[in-house]
Amino acid sequence: MSQAPTREVARRVFAREFNDASHTFKESDDERAPVYLLLPTGERANRVFLVGTLTEKEDVGEDDEYWRGRIVDPTGTFFVYAGQYQPEAASTLRDLEPPAYVAVVGKPRTYETDDGGVNVSVRPESITAVDAATRDRWVVEAARRTLERLDAFEDESNEYARMAREEYDPAVEEYRRMALGALEGLDESDELAASADADASAEH
Amino acid sequence: MTDLHTHAEDIVAQFSDHLDLTADEVEERLDNLVNEYRVPVDEARRSVVNSYLDEAGLERDALGGGGNASVGLAEIEQDEQWLDVTAKVVELWEPRSDSVAQVGLLGDETGTTKFVAFETSDLPGLEEGQVYRLENLVTDEYQGNFSVKLNRTTTITEVAEDIEVGDDAETVEGALVDIQSGSGLIKRCPEDDCTRVLQNGRCSEHGSVEGEFDLRIKGVLDDGETVHEVIFDRESTEALTGTTLGEAKDMAMDALDTTVVADEMRTGTLGRYYRVQGPQFGRYVLVDEFERLNDPIDAEAALIEARSI
Repeated sequence: MSQAPTREVARRVFAREFNDASHTFKESDDERAPVYLLLPTGERANRVFLVGTLTEKEDVGEDDEYWRGRIVDPTGTFFVYAGQYQPEAASTLRDLEPPAYVAVVGKPRTYETDDGGVNVSVRPESITAVDAATRDRWVVEAARRTLERLDAFEDESNEYARMAREEYDPAVEEYRRMALGALEGLDESDELAASADADASAEH
Repeated sequence: MTDLHTHAEDIVAQFSDHLDLTADEVEERLDNLVNEYRVPVDEARRSVVNSYLDEAGLERDALGGGGNASVGLAEIEQDEQWLDVTAKVVELWEPRSDSVAQVGLLGDETGTTKFVAFETSDLPGLEEGQVYRLENLVTDEYQGNFSVKLNRTTTITEVAEDIEVGDDAETVEGALVDIQSGSGLIKRCPEDDCTRVLQNGRCSEHGSVEGEFDLRIKGVLDDGETVHEVIFDRESTEALTGTTLGEAKDMAMDALDTTVVADEMRTGTLGRYYRVQGPQFGRYVLVDEFERLNDPIDAEAALIEARSI
């Protein structure tokens, strides 16, 4: 009995780390083998799950619709592109009015820019509108997964960390600060919300 | 002392076909090792069994009992392992093959596992709801799922006490990252005992049939580390999406297209976090219960936890 290929896990990665990535690779020579984006914190990502605020959307297509969305998290901006081959995601982008919290499941895509740099974007499998609680949960989860990757970064058996050191020589301490900063931001907005509630009740 | 006596009786039973032992003499040898020489009971038992094996000219494998592992039914993770269990017959199923005498679910404190007894083993039948001491079962593995087989050498003893059968339902949580094809409003084959989902109006077993509408979701929960495939049946799909089967049929009728139902479900559920609970069946967790994880997060606690990673 042939084994169905196992589904690739959707990595949780903040926009800043995602955009710092540029190196892609395959684990086998098979033409249809999955392509992985190497994350600077030492993990391979064939799929990502992210939740953030859709701040802008634009149809950048010429003949056909080709939607670009900017999705912001506490550390930076994800670029999401959806065209005729992602009809559901494209129609969601068309219909959504920014600003809106959205959840995106998608595949990392890289392309070289004219000046030789590498841009990273997300080709969505799905985009759905979600609420603030889902977004906060994602921030906590992304911070946690990022810190776990950093925790395993020095492990000798961690081949993707080794690869990341060779490809990026990443400033791991900065990613740690970034992840903790994202959580501190949530904590502060909690306090703001709490004091806003207190103000509101004081007015009555 | 009673403990040693029980062990002694077990050993006598194990050798009953081979040696004429009395519980008292076996207990004396155990007692000597345990109380005189401070040997742990398990080791003492092993040593006594070994000496009787020598006496009877037997290999350890020839014996039931004694050498067998005692592993919880839900904790079996080895193929062809010999086991002794005390278990309750939770369910008896209809055997699908003439060679199978009985098939069903056995349960103990750790959970449940499937069992099979074959006609050729010529064993007394088990009754649903009854607790038995079953010695000399052997484990079997099929596609990562474990079961136990009764065989000719299995001893079956009724046990008077009841067992609280453990709940071995899987609990998985994560973001719902995909709703797969074959979800939403589907049609099933109406033939007796066939619930296959129709593909283009055809059942893979019964050909072209007039299907019956049903709802289900084949979803994927992903926590960033592992991926779990889960199936919501009609009841849990209705609870998850707030759309009843009747409403789903109306939607499909209006649109002249059944796929609108799954599309609507995707819009309402993808990207949200859920925790589901239910038995694992093959690669799927069959959802008995689920909850949306939507409480406001405790940012301060999350921060404290994160700093400790």
